[in-house]
Amino acid sequence: MNAVDFDLATVWAFIIAFAVFAYIVMDGFDLGIGILFPTFKVGQERDTAMNSIAPVWDGNETWLVLGGGGLMAAFPLAYGVVMTALYPPIIAMVLGLVFRGVAFEARWRDPGHRRWWDVAFAGGSIVASFCQGVTLGALLQGIAIDNRAYAGGWLDWLSPFSVLTGVSVVCGYALLGATWLIWKTEGSTQDRAFRLAKPAAFATLTAIVLVSLATLNLDYAYREKWLGYPAVLLTAQVPLLTAIIAFAFYRSIRKRREARPFFLALALFLMSFIGLGISMYPYIVPDQLTIWEAAAPASSQWFMLIGAVVLIPVILGYTAFSYWVFRGKVTAEGYH
Amino acid sequence: MFEGLDPILLARIQFAFTVSFHFVFPAFSIGLASYLAVLEALWLKTGKPIYLDLFKYWVKIFAVAFAMGVVSGIVMSYQFGTNWAVFSDKAGPIIGPLMAYEVLTAFFLEAGFLGVMLFGMNKVGKGLHFASTLAVAIGTLISATWILSANSWMHTPVGFEINEAGQFVPGGSWWTIVFNPSFPYRLTHTVIAAYLTTAFVVGAVGAWHLLKDRTDPHARKMFSMAMWMAAIVAPVQIVAGDLHGLNTLEHQPAKVMAMEGHYQSHPDGAPLILFGIPNAAEKRVDYAVQIPKASSLILKHDADAPLAGLDTIPPQDQPPVGIVFWSFRIMVGMGMAMLGMGVWSLFARYRKRLYDWPLLHRAALAMGPSGFVAVLAGWVTTEVGRQPFTVYRFLRTAHSASPLEAPAVGASLIAFVIVYFAVFGFGTWYILKLMAKGAHSGEHHIDIDAPIRTAGITPGPAQHPEGGR
Repeated sequence: MNAVDFDLATVWAFIIAFAVFAYIVMDGFDLGIGILFPTFKVGQERDTAMNSIAPVWDGNETWLVLGGGGLMAAFPLAYGVVMTALYPPIIAMVLGLVFRGVAFEARWRDPGHRRWWDVAFAGGSIVASFCQGVTLGALLQGIAIDNRAYAGGWLDWLSPFSVLTGVSVVCGYALLGATWLIWKTEGSTQDRAFRLAKPAAFATLTAIVLVSLATLNLDYAYREKWLGYPAVLLTAQVPLLTAIIAFAFYRSIRKRREARPFFLALALFLMSFIGLGISMYPYIVPDQLTIWEAAAPASSQWFMLIGAVVLIPVILGYTAFSYWVFRGKVTAEGYH
Repeated sequence: MFEGLDPILLARIQFAFTVSFHFVFPAFSIGLASYLAVLEALWLKTGKPIYLDLFKYWVKIFAVAFAMGVVSGIVMSYQFGTNWAVFSDKAGPIIGPLMAYEVLTAFFLEAGFLGVMLFGMNKVGKGLHFASTLAVAIGTLISATWILSANSWMHTPVGFEINEAGQFVPGGSWWTIVFNPSFPYRLTHTVIAAYLTTAFVVGAVGAWHLLKDRTDPHARKMFSMAMWMAAIVAPVQIVAGDLHGLNTLEHQPAKVMAMEGHYQSHPDGAPLILFGIPNAAEKRVDYAVQIPKASSLILKHDADAPLAGLDTIPPQDQPPVGIVFWSFRIMVGMGMAMLGMGVWSLFARYRKRLYDWPLLHRAALAMGPSGFVAVLAGWVTTEVGRQPFTVYRFLRTAHSASPLEAPAVGASLIAFVIVYFAVFGFGTWYILKLMAKGAHSGEHHIDIDAPIRTAGITPGPAQHPEGGR
């Protein structure tokens, strides 16, 4: 393992982590709107909610494709093993995404069946979010690997812990969706979003606490990483910051701030993501595969890095521009 | 309920099903993107509004087809890992970067030019809009280039070493890998196929509206343009296909033997079997209708040249003859029918009956889906013909799959079938509905009936819903 390999694998780990977080940040709120969709009144409220994400959801989802494609190219062994181990939730997730993706379009094009397309939109969003959470939990609880292949059964992913993480992600996305609507809408849709944000935040914070405690009980190595001395001096900042953010969030809701709740909810996700990074690094499959063991050869990673370095900033720039263009409030007729 | 079935066979069926559904949309949108660029160029050059009407008409259909391609593509980017984990591990260091470039290109397009092309007509200048349309057309071709490079490498793998973990790793230059021996032929053949597919769809839409009203100027223009494509491009495709076949003979002879139905070697001139029923048990083609020595003439350009048969290939390395034999004949049959349409249209033009010959229009209508049939049959020929390998001669399909049990794969296969028929059934229904409407003077802009779309992050008319009307 020479120095170049070391750097490159870490660089790619960060690029993929970035793509995954970009995905969570951007698709999280539009999946959340899907999760909350059944609570909105048919008609103006639903149309407004839908319109607030219409111009951006498709670009958001492309980060998921980039995460999958990037993982295959940079860490092919991990890609194969993880996808096999998590076969049912991954398949269910992509099917959920296909369903809700088409429901976006079909809702308008096929108004005769709008009720069913609304069910497909909400159902697809909930299934996809839950499966993403299950995937995370199943990865954290560990995957059996033998001789470069997945060595477990096809239902090993299913455990109380993975169900807990699945439900947690659904709650978290619902929170992002509610706070997005607070920011982007007004009137009755916004009022409803304010009412939804409180229980969603309560559920999300409970979930964060439960998942954190459960993770510490999963494995001695996680406990050591978090609670061992002197690591604890650093890791303790994460729950501390989380508590501060949670407090600020409740204040912002009470004062009926419009933009702040969304960004504070994102900050909660960032804290959780950093916590996840602390638990995982340098493993890509806990205790089984480090990022260096799973890495593609340096020449493959270099070849791809050239494209990523050129194109990802351009994509980010355009994405930022697009959100800027769509700033401001939205109504049932679209953006103003 | 799946206990008795082979999980690898189920995984192969699932991959074939999802990739076939997926490819139908790009096959159409690659050709349509170029057609849109041509229409806009003609409008800018001549200033005739009919070209703008046609542009606005087809761009709506393009938006739906492109979105369907994106949605079904999400599945593909995960299925390599879920069902073909060993292949992903072993070939990932080579295939992965090529596919990542495909994703980045598509992403790049979606992020930028597509939005301007779809919704920007009234927001940016004509020149910039045309540049965006051109960028989308070229971008779809770049996207196709990467994915076909990855696919071609699986047929003609070069430029690699195998490391101690059993992975294929780049051996020297990436250019050797990207420009592997079958890639230029496959790219040419596939892109022309996409153009023909689009031409016959456009031709069928034109024909449908000519049958209703033969004076319809938009229908006439579409029909005429499509028939020119058929007349000019179908012969080119037959030449390109022949060259691709010769390339296959050089690098994957077993595939050509299966296509030809040559179970036995022919030391002095092999016959061209036009039709027959391959009999795998007896290793012969029953009821064969054949032209003596014609196969040697086509493949070796010498009627008496010896041609080896599958008897020279070890049984465990032979592709299944039946599927390859039939799918090849379906593809060639479609190609010949397309050529026939092209010739017929030239004759009709010469007789000044192009817009006035209902039988021709009915035939063109019937030929509407011919491109899709030919494209899928062609892919079946080349992919099944590569069996029993995923990376030809180096990695067997049986050794490529994820260690999954049959019930898991069987259940997912059923789920895919149900969801795809519901979802893409809707997409196809909607596209057909748009086609049935026909193009009109002063064609409406894309967003007339909905403030929403599935086509990228687009600062378009959602901002000013009235802006595009």
